[in-house]
Amino acid sequence: MLDKTFIRGLVVALALSGPALTHAADYLIDTDKAHAFIQFRIKHLGYSWLLGRFNDFDGSFSYDEKNPEASSVTVTIRTGSIDSNHAERDKHLRGKDFLDVDKYPEARFVSSGFKENGDGTGVLTGDLTLHGVTRPISIDVTHIGHGPDPWGGQRRGFSGVTTLTLADYDINYNLGPDAREVELFLSVEGIEQPSE
Amino acid sequence: MRTMWRNTNDSYGRVSITLHWLIAVAVTGLFALGLWMVELDYYDPWYQRAPELHKSSGVLLFGLVLLRLTWHYSNPRPRPVGSTWENRAATLAHAALEVLLLATLVSGYLISTADGRPIDVFGLFQVPATLAGLQNQADLAGKIHELLSFILIGLAGVHALAALKHHFINHDATLRRMLASRQEPVD
Repeated sequence: MLDKTFIRGLVVALALSGPALTHAADYLIDTDKAHAFIQFRIKHLGYSWLLGRFNDFDGSFSYDEKNPEASSVTVTIRTGSIDSNHAERDKHLRGKDFLDVDKYPEARFVSSGFKENGDGTGVLTGDLTLHGVTRPISIDVTHIGHGPDPWGGQRRGFSGVTTLTLADYDINYNLGPDAREVELFLSVEGIEQPSE
Repeated sequence: MRTMWRNTNDSYGRVSITLHWLIAVAVTGLFALGLWMVELDYYDPWYQRAPELHKSSGVLLFGLVLLRLTWHYSNPRPRPVGSTWENRAATLAHAALEVLLLATLVSGYLISTADGRPIDVFGLFQVPATLAGLQNQADLAGKIHELLSFILIGLAGVHALAALKHHFINHDATLRRMLASRQEPVD
């Protein structure tokens, strides 16, 4: 009888044996042609949603259909690119009351794990560094689709949602009791990169 | 006595004096208002009103400054009082005040109109955006606006101290002739 330790050892051995057995593909997130979005929404006074986005970011991910748990994602966001469709508000958001972009010009997400639910959804975990604070977060992910594009490439796309509490990231400006959390909506399309 | 509207070689007229003091009060008031409003809490009743007042007043001040400059350069200038170096320094300081004033007003305008929104002036009329959409325009204009306003207030302080020095130490007409348009003998 195979015990669990043996199976685990086998899995690790297979994983370590590398590209010969797995087919992890590396994808570059298509920010060049803007098929990727980092959007946020936060309640205004508790009466409506305020929407905005970050315009400047880049990242990559790897995904293996046969071993999705080994997927990984890294995204770097230029915080100064925040855009809520109002220059004076954006100026305030970039200032010391919120993102303090002079001091913290980048935010970063580095994944640490991925679990698929088997229905095209999954949970991505990782560390988010924002406003100089690094915290673990989890993102609910939906696999949208994949396949060849009309121009000779291979693409794969996901969306994700997560909720952050601003105070967790040392952003303490009082926007009212209904505006302590901000929801993020992420949509990324990766272009498969030629394997090395 | 006939009201003296225009400047003469000895004295400032009513128009110059009125514009000078209106602008002095407006600049001081806008500086204080600006410092105060950026620290307001989001739930403060003045959070929206104070910046509206600041912008509207700024636009009106711009009009006053243009009027003053036009008037200044189309009127005789009262003879300067004091030594040669004092006159040179005064000319330089006055020119700097005018440039700083205009630059501060324009930089403020460029913050509020950075994304093409107009500035509403007390609900009476709107000043449209012109230069808009530059990279980080609001942030950059904001930093310049803040810096210039501090320099402006500092130089205005020096200007005021110089006037007081003429009045209390030299006992000359420098300050008096900016207070009243009577013909004053120049010491």
